[in-house]
Amino acid sequence: MAFENFAAFIDMGGYAAWVWTAYGLATVALVGMLVVSRRTLKARTREFEEMKANRK
Amino acid sequence: MSVFTALLSRDLKLALRQSADSLTVIAFFAIATVLFPFGVGPEAEVLSRIAAGVVWVAALLAALLSLDRVFTVDFEDGTLDQLLLNGQSMTLVVLAKVIAHWLTTGVPLIIMSPVLAVTLQLPAEGYGTLVLALLLGTPTVSLVGALGAALVLGARRGGVLLSLLVLPLYIPVLIFGTAAVEAALTGMPSAPMLSILGGFALIAVTLCPFGTAAALRQAAE
Amino acid sequence: MHKFANPTQFMRIANAIYPWVAGICVLLFAAAIPIALMFSPPDYQQGETVRIMYIHVSSAWLMMMIYGIIAANSAMFLIWRHPMANLVARASAPMGAVFCALALITGMLWGQPMWGTFWVWDARLTSTLILFFLYIGYIALADAFEDSERGDKAAAILALVGSVNVPIIHFSVEWWNTLHQPSIIKASKEGVDSSVHSSILLPLFLMMGAFTMFYFALLVLRLRSELLAAKIRNARLSQIAGHSAAQPAE
Repeated sequence: MAFENFAAFIDMGGYAAWVWTAYGLATVALVGMLVVSRRTLKARTREFEEMKANRK
Repeated sequence: MSVFTALLSRDLKLALRQSADSLTVIAFFAIATVLFPFGVGPEAEVLSRIAAGVVWVAALLAALLSLDRVFTVDFEDGTLDQLLLNGQSMTLVVLAKVIAHWLTTGVPLIIMSPVLAVTLQLPAEGYGTLVLALLLGTPTVSLVGALGAALVLGARRGGVLLSLLVLPLYIPVLIFGTAAVEAALTGMPSAPMLSILGGFALIAVTLCPFGTAAALRQAAE
Repeated sequence: MHKFANPTQFMRIANAIYPWVAGICVLLFAAAIPIALMFSPPDYQQGETVRIMYIHVSSAWLMMMIYGIIAANSAMFLIWRHPMANLVARASAPMGAVFCALALITGMLWGQPMWGTFWVWDARLTSTLILFFLYIGYIALADAFEDSERGDKAAAILALVGSVNVPIIHFSVEWWNTLHQPSIIKASKEGVDSSVHSSILLPLFLMMGAFTMFYFALLVLRLRSELLAAKIRNARLSQIAGHSAAQPAE
């Protein structure tokens, strides 16, 4: 453990603003990509199923 | 080879007849350059520091404006399809078009550049190198630009897209073109930068025509 | 190699490995995040900001790897007309652009405390910015045509042109940077690269692995969408063709 207590962990040696913003943005980017990709997949699957149903 | 010369002379004749096109490009080059003193102030010191870079950037932008007409006319009136159907070597066709483009825009830009450099107070040592650098750099500009123009044929928002594709690829030419002039101004040898510009032109002339030809083939399909 | 060109075959394999890739990705993140944020020691020069490096370098690694994947797949698509290669390239490009943006932003967030400014025309930041423009150009070109096949091919050619140009641009920018290097901001980012300590390597490799697995897992999801989109498009086209010929499509 590199930090003595939780407050030190949050403070990040005085660089809290930079470190946490960077990690926050990375989280937003990765989760965002995941959500968008899954949503597109769901929408496409639905569209495809509807199309198959209409044909029959 | 006959198609090559025929295409080249036709394009040159066309450019001569519609010389307004080339003149517009030159006018743009002049206006874009002249804007800079208004932006950074008329102090000779500042201007002569940025003169080479400004001339280069303005020349690249001006060349960019002229690129969309390289293939568009032939694409729209079906000449391109015909050349393809006749089994012409597309690489030769591309080379003819690129040379025509360079002669009708590259060369006028080079001729114009010392005049504009004067207004930007470029020191006397810089002129020879500036013209040489443009002479060695503009062929790459035409070759890469033609490739971009072929890629966006028939695209939506083709013009903006073209600049997005091509401008990043111009950065190496800009870096060494400006550096050559800067070297000349500080009394350093500019030959290394000039030979790198020449090297870029050689790489571009060996690779770009094939890519452009491939792009034209799939555009005409 | 060529048997993977068949979409059904390809997707069978991709779907089979998907749970493994996703699982390893979750495990790697579960290990990487606490080690990167809490258990690894601060750097002796950069203090806690070195923790930004773990995601910065991982994003930068992915933006380069994805560009390589796009270029290789574009070549396969142009030479052998493998439809799957095209889909891999197109599905990867937006992710590459996002990782590129992430590398830029985290680089800036690292630069501010280290260099005292968000942006310097550092060779690597500059090259990354140019790569970002190339990604945007690729995506814009791929979507710029009514006929999606034209977009596929034009974008593939552009990707190959880019792969020749990226090293040239990188070399030029590096040279330009050493020419203009301002003496004040020759700061300590270099420390990490020259004297790599093992306490830094462990979280870095874990994070890079996690990011890489994340990309591959997401790629499988996105390939499924792309294939469905292609199927929908084909069905629509055959429907239109069927109507105009006044005959059933089948």
